[in-house]
Amino acid sequence: MKTCLTAIISSLMIFSPMAYADKWSDQFPHIKATGDIPGDCSYEKMSKKNYKGKTLKINTHAIPVMGEPTALHAEQFEKLTGAKVEVTHTPAGDLYSKAMVPFQAGQAPYDVVFGFSNFINDWKRYLAPVPKKYMNSPEMKDVTKSHMGVSSWDGTMYQYPVDGDRHYLKYRKDVIDNPEMQKKYKADTGNELRVPKTWKEYAQMAKYFNDWDWDGDGEKEYGSAEVMKKDDLMFAAFFSRSVAYAKNPRTPGGFFFDLETMKPNINNPGFVEALTDWVEATKYVPPGGTNFGLGDEIGSFGGGQTLFSFSWDDAFIAAMQDDSPIKNKVGAAPLPGADKVWNRVSNSWENQYNQAPYIVWGWAVGVAKKSKVKDMAFDYLCFFSNGANHQADLAIGRFGVNPFKNSDFDPNIYINSMGWDPEIANSYTQTLLDMEKSNNRVFPLRVPGVFEFTSAVATGTSKALAGQLSPQEALDEVAKEWEAIVSRVGKKAVQDAYAVGVKMEDNKL
Amino acid sequence: MNFKHKYFFLFPGLFVLIGILIFPIIFVVRLSLSGWNSYNPGLDYIGLENYIRLFTDDPRFWESFFRLSFLSVTTVILQYVIGFALAHMVWKDIKFKRFFRVLFLVPMMTTPVIMTVIWRTFFHESLGPVNDLLSVFGVAPKWLTDPVIAKFTVIIVEVWQWTPFMFLLLLAGLLSLPKEPFLAAAIDGASPVRKFIYVTFPLMAPISIGAIIIRLIEASKIMDTVYVLTSGGPGTSTETSSFYIFIKGLREFQMGYAASMSFTYLIIMIISLTIIAKVLTKVLLKE
Repeated sequence: MKTCLTAIISSLMIFSPMAYADKWSDQFPHIKATGDIPGDCSYEKMSKKNYKGKTLKINTHAIPVMGEPTALHAEQFEKLTGAKVEVTHTPAGDLYSKAMVPFQAGQAPYDVVFGFSNFINDWKRYLAPVPKKYMNSPEMKDVTKSHMGVSSWDGTMYQYPVDGDRHYLKYRKDVIDNPEMQKKYKADTGNELRVPKTWKEYAQMAKYFNDWDWDGDGEKEYGSAEVMKKDDLMFAAFFSRSVAYAKNPRTPGGFFFDLETMKPNINNPGFVEALTDWVEATKYVPPGGTNFGLGDEIGSFGGGQTLFSFSWDDAFIAAMQDDSPIKNKVGAAPLPGADKVWNRVSNSWENQYNQAPYIVWGWAVGVAKKSKVKDMAFDYLCFFSNGANHQADLAIGRFGVNPFKNSDFDPNIYINSMGWDPEIANSYTQTLLDMEKSNNRVFPLRVPGVFEFTSAVATGTSKALAGQLSPQEALDEVAKEWEAIVSRVGKKAVQDAYAVGVKMEDNKL
Repeated sequence: MNFKHKYFFLFPGLFVLIGILIFPIIFVVRLSLSGWNSYNPGLDYIGLENYIRLFTDDPRFWESFFRLSFLSVTTVILQYVIGFALAHMVWKDIKFKRFFRVLFLVPMMTTPVIMTVIWRTFFHESLGPVNDLLSVFGVAPKWLTDPVIAKFTVIIVEVWQWTPFMFLLLLAGLLSLPKEPFLAAAIDGASPVRKFIYVTFPLMAPISIGAIIIRLIEASKIMDTVYVLTSGGPGTSTETSSFYIFIKGLREFQMGYAASMSFTYLIIMIISLTIIAKVLTKVLLKE
């Protein structure tokens, strides 16, 4: 009898989280795949908080990307804690100014503000640092080192991690791995058809698979879908293409600038080579592809229109959703590299293979320093990214929530809850994991007035893509503008801020 | 009797005028003399530095201004011609006159941003229906990605959206014309063309000048169409002054510099529109 009783009690203890899971997932179907996952901000823990009579104001992105999970978790938070949560949705281009204008006027109309991680330098003086309580939580310990770095400024975390972003290559596995296609490609070009290792290979394959129906669906397909629309994040796509030629692991001390002199590197031959490649890419994008924003890129690759794509996770997740015509027909791989890399110290090309991951900026969120409900605001953010919510959010492409925790790199998550082919899930998680481990990474530019710098890049590169200027002329123009911005902002201010990013790139932080 | 107290009754209107018209302009002028930006918030004083930068080191502003001049003059001329034709058509006794009068106004009643999104979808070069239809004839214009064609795409959307406004003003003008000159012309046996050239058009000159100036003022602020359709691209080929000021002010947060551009732009527009109004008056009302 005693043994039997012990067995029952043991079973109850072992399966107690499961018991919670059932209870909470009945009430909140969003987490039906996992149920509640125990943690500091789990459904169970949040249900014990009482924020009745308090109001939390949030400014977030438009629905669906990040706006939808914000609203969903706000609704759940209301039900659990009794708080009132007001969510305002704002277009991406206005997120910065919508928070910045009241910040600068000394007001805090929003307690929680969503934006991009590269806002951190401009926003940090108006944001409350993440309290120790959350920093020491097991969930936070699970966040990858690089995303802890992206969310922090010189060791202090100002942005609560809710998303992890990086650029990587997406390709049509059913074409690249197809023996018949490989044979045909070899016969026609004399080259191997494989996952491109360099941007030159990428271009060769993209050109070959451009403007004909290679998947037999009755419609023409194209080489590559890229973010080329001016002012629509195109600068990030350009940096993705530049890292291979311009991020040299043997020349630490700055990718965007020479940290010592603050002279821009943006017009050195490495960047010019990347822009020359990009101008060439206008020949193998779908019709209208030079006006593609991120949404178009996601729709184009995710809809099966192109062989390649690179940039954020969304196009890959869209391609792997149940309603996608190319589910389980795509692969993930590191960004292509280059057979040469520019050495800005010796002022010469080094003829050796180089590849560098780009840990691009992504969604970030902070709590206003002047908020009167900071505790509730941080609890909301902790709840937003708790284990159950995070896993459920990862499965929905349109949510824009991407892996940023070490536990996210377990392929079983994608195989079991999203129905991914194991080989694809493995290549996806391995690609992301390798980026975390790389010692030659590039992090986003996070200096005062960052938008002036990125806007100059967008203008210059778009002029080159439109044929208004040559790549060298365009980047010379950008460099001149960057020098003017540095001079306006103050060399010391930009240098000090840039030094923090360089520390991360040089693996010293 | 002392009527000085009557001035007190002017104060409410005066306060409103100061609050909504005078204060913003004064604030913009003050802002333009500051270096307010994302890293240096506040109304410091930097003198004419922003203006010097604008006049000596920012060719992009002037390029966008000349592009704007081309776009606004072209769109307003087209709107005037088409608007006048449509107004003239429904001014006469035709079947379904009321239906057409309402139909022609529909584009103006739609939300510009939403309609531009729809136009962008139409002109999408790989997914849009326009090129799908044109492919029957073996052509596929690069509506949004060719620097020259993109300008005409912006013009098409603007003309579609705002011709009804011109139509409305001109129809109102036509309906208010006196009948006698037309009766006299009919008695003299004037043909419809001669009637239009010698009676209708001259009588419509005052309202035409008003309509053109109002539309020029509006067209010179073109922003939403460019923002949604092309983001000023490809390159900078469709970037207009207001879009450029928007980028500098609200994207890059260079508030002080954007204010100096806004104020300069305001002065240029006041001067040029005054000249245009004078010229139009001289040309159209010469008789």
